[in-house]
Amino acid sequence: MSEEKREIKPQVESGPRHGPGAQMHFEKPKNTRSTLMRLVEYLAAKKFQLVLVVILMLISTAGSLAANYFLKPLINNYIIPGDFNGLARALVILACIYLVSVGATYGQSRLMLQIAQRMTNTMRRKLFAKLQILPLKYFDTHTHGELMSRFTNDIDNVQMAFEQSLVQLFSSALTFVGSIVMMIVLSPILFLVAAILLALMFFFARFFTSRSGKYFKDQQRNLGNLNGYVEEMVDGLKVVKVFNYEDKANREFQKRNEDYREAATQANFYSSVIMPVVMNLNNISYAAVALVGGLLTVMGSFDIGSLASFLQYVRQMGMPVQQISNQMNTILAALAGAERVFEVMDQPVEVDEGSVTLVGANKNTDGFVEVAHNGIHPTHWAWKVPMADGTVDYVELKGDVRFNDVTFSYEPGTTVLNHVSLYAKPGQKIAFVGSTGAGKTTITNLINRFYDIEEGTITFDGINVKSIRKDDLRKSLGMVLQDTHLFTGTVMDNLRYGRLDASDEDCIQAAKQASAHSFIKRLPQGYDTMITSDGTNLSQGQRQLLAIARAAVADPPVLILDEATSSIDTRTERLIEKGMDALMKGRTVFVIAHRLSTVRNANAIIVLEHGEIIERGDHADLLQQKGRYYRLCTGQFELT
Amino acid sequence: MLKKLSIYIKQYKKYILLVPVFVFLDVLCELSMPLLMARIVDQGIPAGDMAFIIKTGIFMVMLALGAIFFGVLNMKFSTTGAIGFAANLRSALFEKVQKFSFNNIDKFSTASLVTRLTNDVNNLQVTFIMGLRLLTRAPMMLVIAFFLAYRINARLSIVLAIAIPVLVIGVLSIISQAVKRFSIMQEKIDNINRVIQENLIGIRVVKSFVRADHENTKFRNANDDFTNSAIRAISLAILNMPVMMFVMNAATIAIIWMGGKMVSTGIMGTGELISFISYIFQILFSVMMISMMIIMSARAEASSKRIIEVLDTDIDIVDNPEFALSATLEGNNPALVPAAGEQDCPQVTAGKVEFKKVDFKYSLTGSGEDVLRDVSFVAEPGQIVGIVGGTASGKSTLVNLIPRLYDATAGAVLVDGVDVRDYRLPDLREKIGVVLQTNTLFSGTIRENIMWGNEQATEEEVVTACKDAQAHDFIMSFPNGYDTVMGQGGVNVSGGQKQRLCIARAILKNPKILILDDSTSAVDMATEARIREAFYHNLADTTIFIIAQRISSVQDADKIIVLEDGCISGIGTHAELLQNNEIYREINSSQQEGVLGQ
Repeated sequence: MSEEKREIKPQVESGPRHGPGAQMHFEKPKNTRSTLMRLVEYLAAKKFQLVLVVILMLISTAGSLAANYFLKPLINNYIIPGDFNGLARALVILACIYLVSVGATYGQSRLMLQIAQRMTNTMRRKLFAKLQILPLKYFDTHTHGELMSRFTNDIDNVQMAFEQSLVQLFSSALTFVGSIVMMIVLSPILFLVAAILLALMFFFARFFTSRSGKYFKDQQRNLGNLNGYVEEMVDGLKVVKVFNYEDKANREFQKRNEDYREAATQANFYSSVIMPVVMNLNNISYAAVALVGGLLTVMGSFDIGSLASFLQYVRQMGMPVQQISNQMNTILAALAGAERVFEVMDQPVEVDEGSVTLVGANKNTDGFVEVAHNGIHPTHWAWKVPMADGTVDYVELKGDVRFNDVTFSYEPGTTVLNHVSLYAKPGQKIAFVGSTGAGKTTITNLINRFYDIEEGTITFDGINVKSIRKDDLRKSLGMVLQDTHLFTGTVMDNLRYGRLDASDEDCIQAAKQASAHSFIKRLPQGYDTMITSDGTNLSQGQRQLLAIARAAVADPPVLILDEATSSIDTRTERLIEKGMDALMKGRTVFVIAHRLSTVRNANAIIVLEHGEIIERGDHADLLQQKGRYYRLCTGQFELT
Repeated sequence: MLKKLSIYIKQYKKYILLVPVFVFLDVLCELSMPLLMARIVDQGIPAGDMAFIIKTGIFMVMLALGAIFFGVLNMKFSTTGAIGFAANLRSALFEKVQKFSFNNIDKFSTASLVTRLTNDVNNLQVTFIMGLRLLTRAPMMLVIAFFLAYRINARLSIVLAIAIPVLVIGVLSIISQAVKRFSIMQEKIDNINRVIQENLIGIRVVKSFVRADHENTKFRNANDDFTNSAIRAISLAILNMPVMMFVMNAATIAIIWMGGKMVSTGIMGTGELISFISYIFQILFSVMMISMMIIMSARAEASSKRIIEVLDTDIDIVDNPEFALSATLEGNNPALVPAAGEQDCPQVTAGKVEFKKVDFKYSLTGSGEDVLRDVSFVAEPGQIVGIVGGTASGKSTLVNLIPRLYDATAGAVLVDGVDVRDYRLPDLREKIGVVLQTNTLFSGTIRENIMWGNEQATEEEVVTACKDAQAHDFIMSFPNGYDTVMGQGGVNVSGGQKQRLCIARAILKNPKILILDDSTSAVDMATEARIREAFYHNLADTTIFIIAQRISSVQDADKIIVLEDGCISGIGTHAELLQNNEIYREINSSQQEGVLGQ
């Protein structure tokens, strides 16, 4: 995956890696109460349906309990005496109970499905919307995989829990309690027999669950290790081959694969034995009840009908015991997942205290008159500045950018820009030159407020950028980055990303301006050719041309070109020069480029080193200064 | 398909073969319980035979204990077998992928290979565990329970004979519909993930174009689409349980009605009726399980196909068969390599490279267009060869033929006078250092990454290589120096620093031939010049190929090759080419005029 281009990257704290397919098992939530409360808020909108679910659940549980009890009168009152009319009547009643119970079960799970899906739909939507307003700093310190897994693993866990586990847990508990009550009603003595074994069942279920929980953690850790290694080695497979590293990779893989195999075998074994153990303890309970019940019946203190129905209850006990210990884990995992989702939602968003907005305006003798935005470009752009007395002032957008003594660091302690002051006159082309890590990209990232400065001020047409609304500030700045990032969709869709209401003609015009038209025409479906996000069907140079065209569609007053032509070879770059010149005409342009030929005609060239400006001036000035820039140029020239 | 995969069971065969045996015993114990209970009710109780009741009761307890024993063994063996099988399969896949040629790698995308090795194998593992347990258990349960029910009362079992097909038809028709809907749902999941992923990757674009609203709308559509398709699919799937319950309840009522009559006329005992009712559950539940297995195996089938596709891939670049024997032996045990075999293999000694009328086309582009046409040249040992040309002119392809990352379609590439196809791959690549255009660093410390070049390198050699690559200074500027831990893919260094680390890694190999494929593009010119300076002094004996965009990177090379559309348009020194090569002149002037042009 392409990575963000930044001069200095903060050290990314890499937490435990979870490769694809890795799920968090048995992770304990930290703050159960508040997480629960917030989940309840999501459910609040579905109050009515939830009440209905509870009612249906009660009905279905009561139905299945009643059906079992029914065996007693069936056998004692009708079958043994041979009362067939009574039997028929009773069976009709039983059929009704069954029908209601089945209907209620379906209704309840159907409702819960709806509730859970809608709820997670809302969660996903909110989470995504939240990501859009988080500061870039957040994305620098969190990997894409990490954020993706909020959407996939974590929300999936919540969904699972609400769709199935919650209802199952409650209805299992109800069935469990109900069965106990019915057993006591039928025979307290037999219940004592069953209770002893029930206690044993619980004990074993908990024992194996917690045991397998421990091993599952092991398994997940090992799986993360294994998948991480696979990802890395497959990603770097070409390097592996070039360095004859195959055997070493195989050996390391074998080791991790074996570790995983052992852990997975343990974890799966312990989780799987719960079933036969609990089920058969239940069978022992069944046998014991049959034995004791048989004896009691012989002694005359019990009857066959009661015994049959008691045995039915015993049979059904195994399920709820297993379910309760299983579902508890799913629900805990869901709470932990929800907690992680809420953690993202609680992140502080991009600060935007700006009140100055950007408006289209027409100039007349008195100043500016705001015009309604109707897709047609106004003659001028102006900043609408609200004044203290409630009136507004219009300031023409010229593209005058000043840095006054700006100091900035991505991370405390490592200063990236040190007391930088600079001045870009409107309509000028300002170029930044300097080594990797000198702070060029950082400067452009500060103009559009991707990051906020801690010292100094940046002004745009005399207005502090902090008081300009972020969206408006960024609308006034077009950016073309080295990593082009196109989106899945047609070429036309991607161009229109620059301005959503642009017509096809606008887009084609912009593509022509950026010299992208000719290659687009040659694509299989022209402007309707689908682009995949990894862009395998376009070369890097073509992608950059599209990105330039996209910026041209946006038609912003100020342009920032960050290594925008780095993947275009110099001959082609020369061919598109005219287009680029036309694009830059009348705009303030900030250019970052390694290639000196790209920056030569800038009005001002700023040479940066270690976050400080060491030289500034136009090409001729700088050559005369015989400083760093001169050395860079002549270095190349001398070699000729 | 199963046959193809089953060879990977290997050492776990005995576990897997024993599973059905334990399952059989376990099922037998479990199903005997209702039958014994029936005896207590029908024989013990009416006769008042306490001793019989106690004896039978204890026998039942013993059977239950037996069932626990066999059940646990079954779990132990099926888990060990299934997970062991998956581990073997994973390992076979990984080793296969390690053998892939560049052509093979290009055919599968990296992401898809990773998914096959992780998700797909895990899918199979889960299916296999479940399958091993259910697919043996459910049919046995079904058959034995039906048999016992039939033995109790043949007439009553007619009810089951009707109920089973009804349930099968009901469940299968639900499942077949549900499978379709689930596959639609899967598409929607992919779609949603794609939108998120693109948004995360392009977050700077989104922010700079102020497109949060647009993105939110896009996401909302994908999200709603997904939710609707999920509800459609799942609402159908959850119908299974009510259908099963319905059929079971109907059967129960029918049996109580018919059986009730038989009991009161004395044809059948009460206990037998009760046990018959419990078999209904066992039988119908088994039917459900079998249908579930069908769904699961459909999912696993997709995964199996994707795995087999990798396993069946033909590796198009392999050692000359003559060396195959010694190569395999070495892979297993170096001590077994016959001394004679080693001598027969040619070795790279000087680093002379010769292209003879080389044509090349990527077999996968389909268009069949030649990427290289009739390329011939000679690079003498120790020479520096620059390669320039526009994008897609074939520069990378040309150098990739030297370490045999691809094979020429026609003509021959010779190293030290020997066709590269006549070397053993490890021998050839051992002596060639390559810095690819797409660099990869691995997680681990900087030192560990550099030492990929040479595991036995001393600290001094590592530092020298890094100094030559102009990486030493910035490495030392990190608090932990050479022990700085790199994030995966080298996320904590800049592009230029990454490139320099990759160069250091290649130099450490002490290669006879060094290939730099546009590998200083992110390094500033001053640093790049120092790197080249180091090459002249410290790698004088190494033949060096430099692909570059900047003329300044290659202009003092011994020989510069100008490529245009896969053909050599000119070879010569900078001065010569300026004289007689139009394209070279154009490239040069496009880079020069800005500098002192005025």
